[in-house]
Amino acid sequence: MPMTTRRVLRTVESRTGGSSALTKALRYVFPDHWTFLFGEIAMYSFLILVATGTYLAFFFEPSTAHVVYHGTYAPLCGTEMTKAYASALNLSFEVQAGLLIRQVHHWAADVFLAAITVHLLRIFFTGAFRKPRDVNYYVGLTMLVLAVVEGYVGYSLLDDLLSGMGLAIGNAVALSVPVVGGQLGVLLWGGRFPGTPDFLSRLFFVHVFVFPILIATLMAIHLALIARPHHTQFRGRGRTERNVVGTPMWPAYALRSLGLFAATAAVLFALGGLVQINPIWQWGPYEPYLGTNGAQPDWYLGWLIGALRLMPHFDVVIGDYTLIPNPFWGGVLFPGAIFGFLYLWPTIERRWTGDQRPYNLLDRPRDNPTRTAIGAAVFTFVATVFFAGAADRAFVQFGVPYEFQLWMYRALAILLPVVVFFLTRTICRRLRDGGGHPARDSGARLVERPLSGPVAGYDSQAKATDKEGRPWPT
Amino acid sequence: MRRARRASMLVAAVVCGGFAIAVWAQPPVDTDSAAIPARAVLVAAASGEAKIEEGRELFEESCSSCHGFKGEGVEGQAPSLEHAGEAAADFYLRTGRMPLGQVGDEPLRGEPRYGNREIEALVAYVGALGEGPAIPNVDPAKGSVSEGMELFTDSCAGCHGIGGKGGVAIGGYAPPLGEATPTEVGEAIRVGPYLMPRFSERTITPAQVNSIARYVEQTQNPEDAGGFGIGHIGPVPEGLVAWLAALAALLLLARLIGERLGGSRADDEAEEP
Amino acid sequence: MRRRLAAAFAWLWRYAVAGVVLRISKKRTVRRERELPASTRAETLTAALFFAAALAGLAFIAIYAFDDADTQLLGLSIAVALALVAAALILAAAQVVPQEQLEEPRPDFTHRDDVDGPKTGDIDRFSAHQQEAVEGAALTLREGADGVTRRRLLGAAGAAAGVGLGAAALVPLASLGPAVGNRLSASPWQDGVRLVEENGMPVKADDLAVGSFLTAFAEGADKEELATSLVVVRVRSEELELPADRADWAPDGILAFSKICTHAQCAVSLFRYPLFAERSPGPALVCPCHYSTFNVLDGGERIFGPAVRPLPQLPLRIADGALVAAGPLSGAVGASWGRVREEG
Repeated sequence: MPMTTRRVLRTVESRTGGSSALTKALRYVFPDHWTFLFGEIAMYSFLILVATGTYLAFFFEPSTAHVVYHGTYAPLCGTEMTKAYASALNLSFEVQAGLLIRQVHHWAADVFLAAITVHLLRIFFTGAFRKPRDVNYYVGLTMLVLAVVEGYVGYSLLDDLLSGMGLAIGNAVALSVPVVGGQLGVLLWGGRFPGTPDFLSRLFFVHVFVFPILIATLMAIHLALIARPHHTQFRGRGRTERNVVGTPMWPAYALRSLGLFAATAAVLFALGGLVQINPIWQWGPYEPYLGTNGAQPDWYLGWLIGALRLMPHFDVVIGDYTLIPNPFWGGVLFPGAIFGFLYLWPTIERRWTGDQRPYNLLDRPRDNPTRTAIGAAVFTFVATVFFAGAADRAFVQFGVPYEFQLWMYRALAILLPVVVFFLTRTICRRLRDGGGHPARDSGARLVERPLSGPVAGYDSQAKATDKEGRPWPT
Repeated sequence: MRRARRASMLVAAVVCGGFAIAVWAQPPVDTDSAAIPARAVLVAAASGEAKIEEGRELFEESCSSCHGFKGEGVEGQAPSLEHAGEAAADFYLRTGRMPLGQVGDEPLRGEPRYGNREIEALVAYVGALGEGPAIPNVDPAKGSVSEGMELFTDSCAGCHGIGGKGGVAIGGYAPPLGEATPTEVGEAIRVGPYLMPRFSERTITPAQVNSIARYVEQTQNPEDAGGFGIGHIGPVPEGLVAWLAALAALLLLARLIGERLGGSRADDEAEEP
Repeated sequence: MRRRLAAAFAWLWRYAVAGVVLRISKKRTVRRERELPASTRAETLTAALFFAAALAGLAFIAIYAFDDADTQLLGLSIAVALALVAAALILAAAQVVPQEQLEEPRPDFTHRDDVDGPKTGDIDRFSAHQQEAVEGAALTLREGADGVTRRRLLGAAGAAAGVGLGAAALVPLASLGPAVGNRLSASPWQDGVRLVEENGMPVKADDLAVGSFLTAFAEGADKEELATSLVVVRVRSEELELPADRADWAPDGILAFSKICTHAQCAVSLFRYPLFAERSPGPALVCPCHYSTFNVLDGGERIFGPAVRPLPQLPLRIADGALVAAGPLSGAVGASWGRVREEG
């Protein structure tokens, strides 16, 4: 066995001279904290998306040509529909394991975005976006934006009643962009909604090629920008700004990571087989003159339907010219503001605290009460709007009147973030100054910090020491 | 000889016991405390006049306070029932929407207040008040489920949702159709209860009503080829599952395989610096 | 025999040398705490999990081979296989392979020399080494222009070429769609156009009862076109509250509106008509997407929800019992955009 390994290594060395690089890679140190695995969950979901998506692309026909269905699903027998929808039905009912792969693909998309979200929260609340990782943070945010759009485009391909209604709304949001909106909507759709006959194949190409290439490229850059400065780590014994302590890639970390990949795949395939998702045969095909009550977008767009429903009814009209139509507020301004905040945050934090130093050690959320409080407040704002989007289901399920819910959510969206800000900041300060986690003693201690400072959390850095307690470097 | 007798007695006991259980296990015909002996129903059916009379008594006792002594309606309180017809009375009474708790309440499905016989009597009485839609004869088996889905999408899904799970109708509530019987479907279509629009036989023919009823039946038992249906209302429960089942499981796994601050693996002796 | 012994010894020697070299060479930078689990129990369990995973994988193949393979069984079998693999890998990672804690230095550019330096001031104070590197790169770049006399001219010319070609590359995107023109206000409706149902049959006034609604289209027009689809409702004539200039738009209480919501273009597919008007909200059309509500009695004014413009109304007249348009729609169909109010 060692002979074969050595032979392979010799081949690689003689062709690429890469043995030392390989050794370096094998011994690359990963800090071990469990919250550092969130990004991996996202990445593995993406890989499963690509694999299942490739399979699906062999069967799906992105065609708007109309056909009459004569497959096995009785309630749609004799119904006119697009070839796209018909091919999706065919994939679900006639192709062996077709429905399994379709459902795994859709569950993977939902989980991909959920994993990115918790990953983003971890990055934000631990300050991992600080120099030298701010550029990588932008890369990650861009991947999030792309993933949201990619998911939307993906489930809209099927041309079912729910996603078709979603496309109509998307067109309205495009039209609502001031000044250029009309032309933008017509450009993207190739005309007025529902668009040119090749609109679905355009969407298909974007979904199957353009966005996956962009996301994959950004992901590669993202990994490179992590590997180069090495991963951040929490403070602790022997951990300084100048070193990284953890498990080497080979063998333990690689196996652990592969295990997480297998587990992610296991969860997704279990869901794909056992829990139904997007049963398009129950929705029926889309036509612009058809609608259903209770239509919702996939979860990661829930904040937008909430915003569109909550925003009061006003356009900005100058004379006869409609400068800002109503869908702009909820569909463009709201997500734009949130992503703008996220993109700008590293700069804002640097300016505000005046701290331009690079950091490799992470904050615990409590170590930076102001940042944590602001993040919690913004998150609360988004979450409130999110829940507002499901107010109609809450009405049907729990009987709370819909109109009342609207007013309640409007008030909460303004008041709750303020409350959360102050509450979070107080809790963080108390935890930080009290010296330990209330639930358990973590053992990881910070060097003494002054109990109050000009800007919370930005005071002394942990003094780096080696194992004998002498200051670093020796 | 003794053995044979014992055996036959045993058989007889089993048969009697089985019959008793079968009778006892019958679903109750009426929710009212008074059980209606089968004979009384036959007798009542025989004389339509007697039924209308019985209905009038019941009406004057329980319904006239809102609907007027002769069902002419009371302004600002309850509508006239002169053209309500048997269909409306049957629909509202069988689904427990009437009697209403309070004037001005939205009628909602509930336990019917009256037993079968009383409902029939009231229906006969209201039907006799004037011209109105009769109880339709709905047979889902005669309908086409695909035609039903198309018609339902056109005329019903806007309020009730394509899966019949109900929804918001500003000013009211479009109820889920999970408990709707074919007759109730047909009646609602003709009557247009509370805020629901109504459809004449020209807009939706009786054959089409059969198809719609068949589709509604289908939504009560949908094709769930993909597994557990999680409510059949689409992305909201799907998102909940993605977060609370899938991501939660994976986060838990991450916590198990990763380290914690003050953690499990190499940092066993945590110390104060 | 001797050769084999020699080979074994050579192998051992190689490992020893490697181990020593690794241990002593980067003394300052490589600190290892290494633990060998050497647990046969864990190893056996790992192997068992892998074998079980193989069986589960075979089960998947078997289920797939059956006609009409059940999605649930397929998913379950492959999920079990993957879960077993995951368990095996994680167990191996934790209890079979060497457990190490390693420490290594970070690259120079990620931290500053004096760890407790000031936060502000000269921000990216590089180490001397880094400064050299940056200067070297800058010098190399600058040297590339040695001897070039008219740098500004060449720079400007290059930039011009870039802009020109860049614009040329982007411009074909414009072919994705036409110019807006009057596309967003196109409508098939004008005086004399008949209303038809989805099956193409003309809509007869008598077919529609009071309190009823149906979807109609312009005869001969593409049903998918936004402006084509209408929702036709019927109320009692006495209920109507139309403005004066629309007094004759609703013969026999029959009203027609565009079916496309003026908020975000969903189909307005809810019609509420009260059985008892004195105790219920009035007749209205509601859109199921964001619940914009339009009063039908006064010609489609918005009474709830985020829509701003009223629902465009179509004037009707009855010719030979069938419904016919008596003019164009009262406003632009679909969601709002810059010039939407100019045509209305």
